Amino acid sequence: MILLSLLGISILVALLLAFIGDWRYAPEINIGGSLLTFFVSLVLALQVYREGGSIAGSDYFFVDYLNISLVVLTTFVSTTTAIFSRRYMLVEREHGRVGHWRMRFYHAMFQLFIFAMLIALVTNNFGVLWISMELATLATVLLVSLYRTPTSIEAAWKYFILCGVGIAQALFGTVLLYFAAERVVGAGGNALLWTNLSQVSGQLDPTVMRLSFVFLMVGYGTKAGLVPLHNWLPDAHSEGPTPVSAVLSGLLLNIALYALIRCKALVDGSLGSGFAGNIMMGFGLLSLLTAAFSMLRQKDVKRLFAYSSIEHMGIATFAFGLGGPIATFGGVLHMIVHSLAKSATFFSVGHAAQMHGTQEMAQIRGLIRGNPAVGWGLFLGVMALAGMPPFGIFTSEFLILTATMKDAPLLTPLLLLGLAVAFAALFRKVQPMVTGLIPAGQKQLTAANIPVFLHLALVLLLGIYLPGFLANWFHLAVEILK
Amino acid sequence: MTHTFAVQLNSLLAALILLTAFALLAQRKILGLVHIFAWQGFFLALSTAVIGYASGEHHLYISSLLTLVMKVILLPYILYTLVRKLKVHRDIDAVVNIPTTMLLGIMLVVFSYHLTAPIRELSNLMTRSTLAVALATVMLGMLMMVTRRHAVTQILGFLAMENGLFFAATSATYGMPMVVELGVALDLLIAAFIFGIFFFHISTTFESLDVEQMAKLKETD
Repeated sequence: MILLSLLGISILVALLLAFIGDWRYAPEINIGGSLLTFFVSLVLALQVYREGGSIAGSDYFFVDYLNISLVVLTTFVSTTTAIFSRRYMLVEREHGRVGHWRMRFYHAMFQLFIFAMLIALVTNNFGVLWISMELATLATVLLVSLYRTPTSIEAAWKYFILCGVGIAQALFGTVLLYFAAERVVGAGGNALLWTNLSQVSGQLDPTVMRLSFVFLMVGYGTKAGLVPLHNWLPDAHSEGPTPVSAVLSGLLLNIALYALIRCKALVDGSLGSGFAGNIMMGFGLLSLLTAAFSMLRQKDVKRLFAYSSIEHMGIATFAFGLGGPIATFGGVLHMIVHSLAKSATFFSVGHAAQMHGTQEMAQIRGLIRGNPAVGWGLFLGVMALAGMPPFGIFTSEFLILTATMKDAPLLTPLLLLGLAVAFAALFRKVQPMVTGLIPAGQKQLTAANIPVFLHLALVLLLGIYLPGFLANWFHLAVEILK
Repeated sequence: MTHTFAVQLNSLLAALILLTAFALLAQRKILGLVHIFAWQGFFLALSTAVIGYASGEHHLYISSLLTLVMKVILLPYILYTLVRKLKVHRDIDAVVNIPTTMLLGIMLVVFSYHLTAPIRELSNLMTRSTLAVALATVMLGMLMMVTRRHAVTQILGFLAMENGLFFAATSATYGMPMVVELGVALDLLIAAFIFGIFFFHISTTFESLDVEQMAKLKETD
């Protein structure tokens, strides 16, 4: 029942906003719907915590420690993004960049996107997981091209085509998974259920599972933006409206990675070797290094942070590939803190870009003097993303680094190199933007500060003090992936 | 219809599906491509029905019907209308070097046979030998998407990949669970809606459906 209302609210609000999305109070409805979903997810989380372990909603859905953490994260970030979007889209509308129809479309698609992500998280069926990943992509394709500028249409087309090619590979991988599962579980819909497969993963045919994982890795890896399948990501994340960039970078990449780690758990059970882990470590490390060096030569501020998302996804993928309790714990924590810090940074970037009328970093200057809240928000967000203590990303990266030194010491220098280059790139690019004098032509605006500082406070909190129940919670989530 | 006959018929249909996949690579005219795509869908629907009959898995009839409606009637009709409306039916995709693409395609087919060899040995379904064709169709669709420069051709490559995936599911496991097949069909329908909108946006913004012109977003140094 609670599960159904979790999914139902967003789809109903999406339908409602499809009709009245351009009304004066539509942004408030958008916020209200997201907030309600957030509360429901909290109730669900409490239930999981009380009853301990997983709740199965018949054959279709299931909730355990791992996916409920991501559900709460998703609904929380979508709520704060809705709050940010209210102010942001108001300015865009005043500038005449979006009209009535597009506001309706924007609001409806925003909720549909949340709906698709929540289904992907709570579904029990690997086929439905694929379907909802594709639905989430489709819901955001036209949001990327919302402004209808030539570059945004190009970015959206690239997103549509490249992700279409990528995700098709994941479907083939799912077919192979079904083939392997059918021989153990028997024909019919039950053969794709996680709750069944995780029990019998040891009996799945290793040859088929190996082949299946390669396809799943390419498919969901494309969606997670892993190098060399990342070509679409910097374009798609930089051309759309900033609230969309925030949820694409902060949430959708996580969902793709979540799909991948579920698949990995099955493959590990079947093969009993580090096959899947090694592939993931390779992809992760390559993503981290490529993205870090690419960040050095970015000029567009949103592209810079899009590459930073590739970098962080690389780190998390590497951590899950490495496996073991510490690295996996670090990986789960990293997904959560990165999501919070990245969306907060995008909020500040959105305001900064609106103040200067451009996304060119060379023209964005003097933010702290111009608007202290936006300037400090951006600076602190970037410090968090760069992995400075005492923010939570430092904690997760430290854990991952420690585990690397223990289990794969030869890779430590590469990991450190990636982190150092990314830090240098971020600091060098952002420092002149926030300091200095106010340039001519900088406009003032009322920024939505609550979402930014709320996120940063949480990232800080997770960095200095991880409450006992939460640490316990993450440990239980890690248990699932063993 | 005896069992052997059904297997042979299915192999013939698989060969025809592969043939249409190659025809899609070779054809340059946009409308010609839409016709070939409709034929591919038709062979796919027929093959699904034959497998459904021979294996006694009657839910495959529903899949077959779904394929017939979606991929033989609806999608080609939508594409045909869009192509007419946007006046691109005379367009010829300026693709270079079809012979090289075909050679690459042949290599992909060999590769697919190699990749699916372990599954052929494990499976005891009558359709096990066609899985390689299905994977080859997916690969050829992908090849089409990366070598062609016209928006409509790229979409046709995308849809051909989808055909290949559907064929893979019927070959490997007599189809996916019904809920998954319906979901995939729904996604396909939404995708059709979206690429329809895209064609309009691209042609009004760039005055052509040639995606070669969309090359503004490059890494700048």
